[in-house]
Amino acid sequence: MPGIWVYAEVGSDGKVESGALENLAKARDLGTEVAVVALGPGASQAAETAGQYGAQTLHASDDSVYTDFIAQPAVHALHELIQQHQPELILFSSTYDSRDVAGRLQARTGSTLMSNATDILGPDYAQTQIFGGQQIVDVTLSGPNPKLVIVRPKSFEPQPSGGGPARVVPVEVEISDDMRKAARVERHEQAAAGPKMEEAKVIIAGGRGLQQPENFKLLEELAGAIGSAAVGASRAVVDAGWVPYAMQIGQTGKTVSPEVYIAVGISGAIQHLVGMKTSKRIIAINKDKEAPIFQYADLGIVGDALKVLPEITAAIKAKKGS
Amino acid sequence: MNIIALVKYIPNPEGPPQMGPDHRLVREGVEGALDPGDEHVVEAALQLAEQSGGQVTVLSMGPEPALAAIRRALSMGAHKGVLITDAALPGADTLVTARVLAATIKRGEFDLVIGGVESTDGYTGTLPMAVAEFLGIPNATFARNIELKDGSIRIERQTEMGYDVVECPLPALVTVTAGANEPRYPTLKGIMQAKQKPMENLSLGDLGVSAEDAKATQEVMGVEPVPAKEAGEILEDPGQAPARVVELLARVKVI
Repeated sequence: MPGIWVYAEVGSDGKVESGALENLAKARDLGTEVAVVALGPGASQAAETAGQYGAQTLHASDDSVYTDFIAQPAVHALHELIQQHQPELILFSSTYDSRDVAGRLQARTGSTLMSNATDILGPDYAQTQIFGGQQIVDVTLSGPNPKLVIVRPKSFEPQPSGGGPARVVPVEVEISDDMRKAARVERHEQAAAGPKMEEAKVIIAGGRGLQQPENFKLLEELAGAIGSAAVGASRAVVDAGWVPYAMQIGQTGKTVSPEVYIAVGISGAIQHLVGMKTSKRIIAINKDKEAPIFQYADLGIVGDALKVLPEITAAIKAKKGS
Repeated sequence: MNIIALVKYIPNPEGPPQMGPDHRLVREGVEGALDPGDEHVVEAALQLAEQSGGQVTVLSMGPEPALAAIRRALSMGAHKGVLITDAALPGADTLVTARVLAATIKRGEFDLVIGGVESTDGYTGTLPMAVAEFLGIPNATFARNIELKDGSIRIERQTEMGYDVVECPLPALVTVTAGANEPRYPTLKGIMQAKQKPMENLSLGDLGVSAEDAKATQEVMGVEPVPAKEAGEILEDPGQAPARVVELLARVKVI
């Protein structure tokens, strides 16, 4: 019974991360037998969401061994499941944990592993974009099943299929002490003010052109005036220590696709474009008329961000007040 | 303590990458260097070796010019270099590369393997984890900080929302982010000494890896440009900006 699987990270409340829902939409396009594999506390509570987004089956274990230890227990369980059920293709999100699992799994199964896929045309045929999304590359995948593909965030639109809850198949695999080595002993979450970047309708991102860290408050003021807006940053200013890594947009940071993306003092290096170029509309503010970001902007403003931003904020407040 | 630093030679890290007619990145005949991400790998390895009185071996798979990347690491202070070059390897995917690197590492004693989060040219970001699995050791990946303590390591692992602390007994594999450290510049003395340091050149035959094991599982069938986006409007008079931004935001109903 060949099938297409989606490896999903699930919160302890049963919430399925967005990448898995995106991948489920594609899995349903590709095959009739779609299953989700979820490991760790909350996994079995994902049955409803998994079913609603198109999976018939949910292989689940609520055992905390899968989240307490990095990758090895999950890889072992997945490998056992693969031997039992022989799926054709497994889709992973581009999260840290999923990349760890997919990378190790490849060595177990001897399967091909493709990263950064932007589309999947069949069980052995996928696409990726290179050079900051300027070129599309078609890749055929060969070797033993299952093919393993890590999908870039926001490549697909999640689509509820209206299906009932997925059938839960408990995962019962022995995890030896050899796999309980890299232990997560503390968790630290930095709560950001305002909406999460992945969910915000508008993202305002700042780069070197802001000149100094204090000027990020101009972005926050604009975000506050708009309302459903989040503030992000380019890698240059994260590396410089101006703002935390959680705000980084681009190849090594988050991939976002809001209704409107406002790039402030960001030149538009390839690595940044990868993370935001699928935004529905792009506004760029930059002093340098030649900055590459202007090639992607629906509205480009050549000017000093420190001067222009407060004027925009004031104009929005005036409009809302009217 | 024996530390292995995994590094990659990449062509022209500053300029735009070029693709040849065979759909592979052009690696020959262009100015290449140590992947900038891997400078953090070498720095992390050197710091841990200095703390523990250990040795750093720099390991790379690539064409002959990749020697330049290893030289750079040696001039930063690494002790020994190993380069695997073979006519069967150009076009190798992550599975083949991981297999070859793991086979090389297994030949000697090691306590810690350090790699980068992803390369600047291919950015698959999964190679070190596959190496760890082939070696049968745990991975403590995406470290922004590494500490050694009595036969184990403690790292701060980057997460989507912050960081986790991960503890892991050695031997283990770690990957380091660009935030982990500030790579040192080679000194003139370091550059001179690098030329005298031991350097080993290996091929697949030395590693017992067969041509079948080196067969790639991915093939690029075609490359085409993404259709260009319709040009937007550029305002050279920033005085118009507030009204136009308000108009756009209102049109898409976000204000």
